[in-house]
Amino acid sequence: MSRDIVLRTEKLTREVSSPEGPLTIVRDVNLEVESRASVAIVGPSGAGKSTLLALLAGLDLPTSGKVWLAGSDLTLLDEDGRARLRAERVGFVFQSFQLIQSLTAIENVMLPLELAGRKDATERSQSMLERVGLGSRVGHYPRQLSGGEQQRVAMARALVAEPAVLFADEPTGNLDSITGGRIVDLLFELNTHSATTLVLVTHDTALASRCERVLRMSNGTLLDGGG
Amino acid sequence: MRALDMAWRLLRREWRHGELLVLLLSLSVAIASQSGVGFLVDRVSRAIDLQASEVLAADMRIESAGALSAESEFEAQRLGLRTAHLTTLLSAVFRNDANQLANIRAVSDGYPLRGTLTVSTTPFTPGSKSVGIPAPGEAWADSRLAAALGASVGDTLMIGARDLRLTQILISRPDQGSGFVDFAATVLINEADLASTQLVQPTSRLTRALLLSGERAQLQAFRSWHASQPPNRERVRDVSDDSPQIGSAARRAGRFLAIAGLVAVLLCAVAVAMSARTYVQRHLDTVALMKTLGATRALLATISVIQLLALALLATLLGCTAGWLTQEWLVHVLQNVLQTNLPPPGFGTLFASVAVAVTMLMGFALPSLLQLMRTPALRVLRRDVQPPPIGLLLAALPAVLALGLVVITTLDDWQLSQWFFLSLCGALLALAVVGTGLVRMASLLRKGGARQWRYGIASLARRRMESVAQIVAFGLAFMLLLVLASLRRDLVEDWRRLLPSDPPNYFFVNIPTSDKDEFYDRLVALGARVERMLPMVRGRLVRINDEAVDAVRSADVGVREGREAAPAATGMRATGWGRGGSGRGLAEREQNLTWSFELGDDNRIVEGRWWTAADAGKPLVSLATEFQQRLGLKLGDRLTFAVGGETVVATVASFREVKWDSFRPNFFIVFPPGLLDGAAGTYMTSAAFTPRTGSDLAQLVQRFPSISVFNVGDLLAQVRAILDKAVSAVQSVFLFTLLAGVTVLLAAVQSSRDERRHETAVMRVLGAARRTMVQNVLVEFGALGLLAGVLSASGAAFSSYYLARILDVQYRFNMVAWVGGVMLSTVVVALAGWLAMRTVLDQPPRTALG
Ligand SMILES: Nc1ncnc2c1ncn2[C@@H]1O[C@H](COP(=O)(O)OP(=O)(O)OP(=O)(O)O)[C@@H](O)[C@H]1O
Ligand SMILES: [Mg+2]
Repeated sequence: MSRDIVLRTEKLTREVSSPEGPLTIVRDVNLEVESRASVAIVGPSGAGKSTLLALLAGLDLPTSGKVWLAGSDLTLLDEDGRARLRAERVGFVFQSFQLIQSLTAIENVMLPLELAGRKDATERSQSMLERVGLGSRVGHYPRQLSGGEQQRVAMARALVAEPAVLFADEPTGNLDSITGGRIVDLLFELNTHSATTLVLVTHDTALASRCERVLRMSNGTLLDGGG
Repeated sequence: MRALDMAWRLLRREWRHGELLVLLLSLSVAIASQSGVGFLVDRVSRAIDLQASEVLAADMRIESAGALSAESEFEAQRLGLRTAHLTTLLSAVFRNDANQLANIRAVSDGYPLRGTLTVSTTPFTPGSKSVGIPAPGEAWADSRLAAALGASVGDTLMIGARDLRLTQILISRPDQGSGFVDFAATVLINEADLASTQLVQPTSRLTRALLLSGERAQLQAFRSWHASQPPNRERVRDVSDDSPQIGSAARRAGRFLAIAGLVAVLLCAVAVAMSARTYVQRHLDTVALMKTLGATRALLATISVIQLLALALLATLLGCTAGWLTQEWLVHVLQNVLQTNLPPPGFGTLFASVAVAVTMLMGFALPSLLQLMRTPALRVLRRDVQPPPIGLLLAALPAVLALGLVVITTLDDWQLSQWFFLSLCGALLALAVVGTGLVRMASLLRKGGARQWRYGIASLARRRMESVAQIVAFGLAFMLLLVLASLRRDLVEDWRRLLPSDPPNYFFVNIPTSDKDEFYDRLVALGARVERMLPMVRGRLVRINDEAVDAVRSADVGVREGREAAPAATGMRATGWGRGGSGRGLAEREQNLTWSFELGDDNRIVEGRWWTAADAGKPLVSLATEFQQRLGLKLGDRLTFAVGGETVVATVASFREVKWDSFRPNFFIVFPPGLLDGAAGTYMTSAAFTPRTGSDLAQLVQRFPSISVFNVGDLLAQVRAILDKAVSAVQSVFLFTLLAGVTVLLAAVQSSRDERRHETAVMRVLGAARRTMVQNVLVEFGALGLLAGVLSASGAAFSSYYLARILDVQYRFNMVAWVGGVMLSTVVVALAGWLAMRTVLDQPPRTALG
C-alpha cells in the first residue's frame, strides 16, 4: 500500500442476472495502479473491460470486493459521494464521445468546471480547447464537428479539471487510424503534462503498446494477475 | 445558488438550441385548450346565471314582512353590491268610479337590477324596453289593470290617498314569473310616492324586498354575513329558492360545464405527462453524463425543477393568452347561436387557469423528473441502461394529489368530486393493466401473420412501456371525450324532451272533485293537452318522530322565518313554484298533500321504494329530496300531519328527486291512495293549451268559478331561453375539449419520435422501401388506436351510465357509438402517427451514419 497507489482493487467481482441465471462478468480482479502510470486493458469483445472500467470509476458498484480510488473506498460511498469524488479526481473519454448535443464545444468543456463551482471556467476551457487545437471552433455544436474533433473536445473536457485519473473506453474506436493516432499522441502529451494517471480500454494494439502496462482480460478475469 | 446559476445557464443554452421548443409548444397548446375551456365555461355560466337572475330582477333578494334592517343594506353597499328597493302591497286602484284590486309595487331607482321592463302606450301590445322607472307622480299600470279600469295613458289613477298620472302601460317585468302570487293586476310606482299613498300602516300587509346584484363572491360574502346575524324576520332568496325549474336547469348546465372544463384539464394533464416523458427520454444521456462528470442528484434535481418551472411559467403565459384569444374567437363565431353578448371572463378565471396549469405540470411532470434523476451514470458506457422503474407510490402520488386538488376545486361538489376522482383512478388502473395485457398478446402475434403486419406489431411489443403509456394516454383521452360526448347528447336530449314544443303553460288549481271529469273533458275539447290530475288536501306537519315541529324549529339554527309572500290559497306551493326558502317555513306552514299510485317519469326514487298496489291505505309517505334535506329526515322517520281535524301518522317510505322543470303537477309530499281519501280535497292539473280566442278561458272560468287559472307562459319562455343557452354552450365547450384531445394525441405520438428517427434511417439503409415504412407506422399506430379504442369505448359506456345518474339524465347504451368510437380511435391514431412520423420517414438514410 505504497503512497503512490492511486487505484487499487481487491477481489473485485460483478455479477448480473441473465435469462440463463446469474452471470459473473468480472471475477476476482486484484489490481494496483501507481500515480502517473498509463495502463491499457485489452481483451476480446465481451471480456468485461467496460464493466471493469465502470467499477473502477465508481459508475457501477461491485457485487463483492473493494475499490479504492484516490484514497477513498468507493464501496463505502453513496452515489452522490462517488459523483463528488469523480468531479474532483476523475476524467472520462468515451468511444462515442458523449458530448451534450445542445451545448457548444466550449460549453461542453466548461461543464466539469461549472459543476465544481470554478469561477475561471471560460478562460480555462478556452485555453484547453486551444491546446487540443480547436481554438477556432469553440462556438460550434457537436453536430458541426467531425468525429476526431468531437473526441478532442471530449478530451479537453476530461482534462480541463486536471483529474488524478483519466479513464478512457476505446477512445479511438470510432476514428480512422490517422485521426486515432493524433488523438493518442495528444492523450499521452496531456498525460505527461498534467501528471494524470491513464487507464484505458482498447482494441488498438498500437495504443496499448504505448502504455507502460498492458493488462489482458478474458472472461471477466485478468490473465496476468494485474500485479 | 450554484444550482440556480447552472440551471439558468443550461436552460438558456438548451433554449438556444431549440431543444425545449417542442416541450414548450405542447405544454402551451395543452394549457391553451384548458384555459380556453375555462374562460368559456366561466363566461357561459355567468350568462346563464344572469339570465336566471332575471326571474328575481336581481341576483338575490332580502325579503321581510315588516321593515328591512338598515344593517343589511349597509352591509350590501359595503360589499359593493348594487341595491334597489321593492315594496309590494295589495290595494284597490281607482279611476273615477271604476276600481280594481291590484298589486302596488313601489320601486326605487335601479330596479330591475337584472332584466328589463317593457312598456307601451297601449295595453296588450308588444311594447319596447324602458329605461328607468316611473318618475315621482307617475304610475305604470299593466295591461290587465288598465283594461279593467278602462284607463289609458294620460289618465289619473288614485292609489290610496294619492293621485298619480298613468304615463306608461307596463307590458312585462322580469320578475313577474316568480312566486306566481301576483295574479292580481299590477301597477308600478316610484318609491318616493309610497308614503303619500298612506297605505303603509302598521296593520297593512306588505312585503319589503332589498334587491341585490353583484359578483358571485360578493353575494356569497353577503349570504354568510346575513346568516351570521341574529335571527330576524328577513329572508334571503335566490333563483334556486324561487324558481326551482330554472335553478335545476342552470345547475345541471353548470355541472356539465364544470365536468367539461375538468375534462379539458385532464386532457391537458395527459399531454403534459406525455411531454414530460419525451423530455425525460431526451435527457437520459445528459443526466448520465452529468453524473459521470460529478453532478450530485440534488443538483440535477434542482436544475430540472427550475427548468421545468421556467418552462411552466412561459407555457402558462403563452397558453393562457392563446386560450383567451381562441375563446374570444369562438364566442365571436358563436355570437349568433348564443344570441347574447356574453359577459367578459373574470380575472379569477385567469388565476385559476394558471394555478391549474402549474399544479398539473408539477403533478404530472414530477414523477418523470424523479425518474430522470435516477438514471445510472453507467448509461454512459452501456446505452441500454435505463433508470430503475419508479415505485408506484412515487409515480402516482404527485399526480393523484394534483388531480384531487383540481377535481375538488373545479367541481365544487364533494360527492361528485369523490366519484369523479375514484373512477378516474379506476380507469387509469384498468387501462394500464389491460393495456399491458394487450401488448403482451401483441408480442405473441408477431410470430405469425403477414410480413407487413409483423414489423408494426413487433415495434409495439418491443417498446412495451412506451406502448402501454401511449395506450393509456390515447385511451384516457378518448374515454373522456366519449363520456363527455354521450353526456352532452343525453343532457341535450333530456332538455329537449323536458321542454317539448308545447309544455304545459297553464295551471288549474281548486278543481272541485265533483267537477273534475267535466272540467277535464272541457279542456280536452278546447284542444288542450292535459297532464295528470292530482288530488290535493291541505295539512300541517306537526311532529317528526316524537318531537313536536316547534322543537325541531328552535333547534334549526340559522334558518330564517319563512313567510308566505302572498295568499297561499292558490296552492301553487304544491307545484314547486315559489318553493319556500327554509326548513322552518316548510315545517310550519300548511302543506299541500296528495296521493297517487303513479310516480311519473319526472320523479325518481333516490332512497326507499315506491308503492305497489299492496300498499294502498298503508300509513306511508314519500317526500321530495328538498323536503328531506331541509328537515334532515331519513327513511323510517314517522311524520305526523294534521289534516282537517284529524291526525295522520305516516312512515317515510321513500325520497323522490322531482324534476320541477317538467311543468307538471308535483308535490313535496305524496301518500299512497286510500289513506287520505276521506279528506275533503280538490284537484289540480296543468295543461298545454293555446286559447283560440280570449273568450275560451273566460267561458271556462265562468262555468267553473271556483277554479283558479295560472298562466306560466312567460316563465316558460324564460326557462326555454336559459335551456337554449345552456345547450349551445354545452355544444361549443365540447368542441373546445375536442381540441384539447388533439393535443394529447400529438404529445403522445411525439414521445417515440426521436427514437424512431435513427431506427428508420437504419431500416432504409437496409433497403426498406418508404412505402413499407409507412405501412409499418400505420399498422403500429392503428393497432395502438384499436386497443385504446376498445378500452376507452367500454370504459366510457360504463362511466357514462354513472355520470348520467349524477346529472340526472337518462342514459342509453349506444352500440353504434361504441363501434364508431373504436373505429374513430383506430383511424385517428393511425393518421396522427403517420402525420407525426412523416418527417421521420423522410429521413435520408445517411443520418444513420451520423
Ligand atoms: N447489466 C448487464 N446485464 C447483462 N449482461 C451484461 C450486463 N453488463 C454487461 N453484461 C455482459 O457482460 C459481458 C461484458 O460486457 P462488457 O461491456 O464489459 O464487455 P467489453 O469487454 O467491454 O466488450 P467490448 O470490447 O465489445 O466493448 C458482455 O457479454 C455483456 O453482454
Ligand atoms: Mg466495451
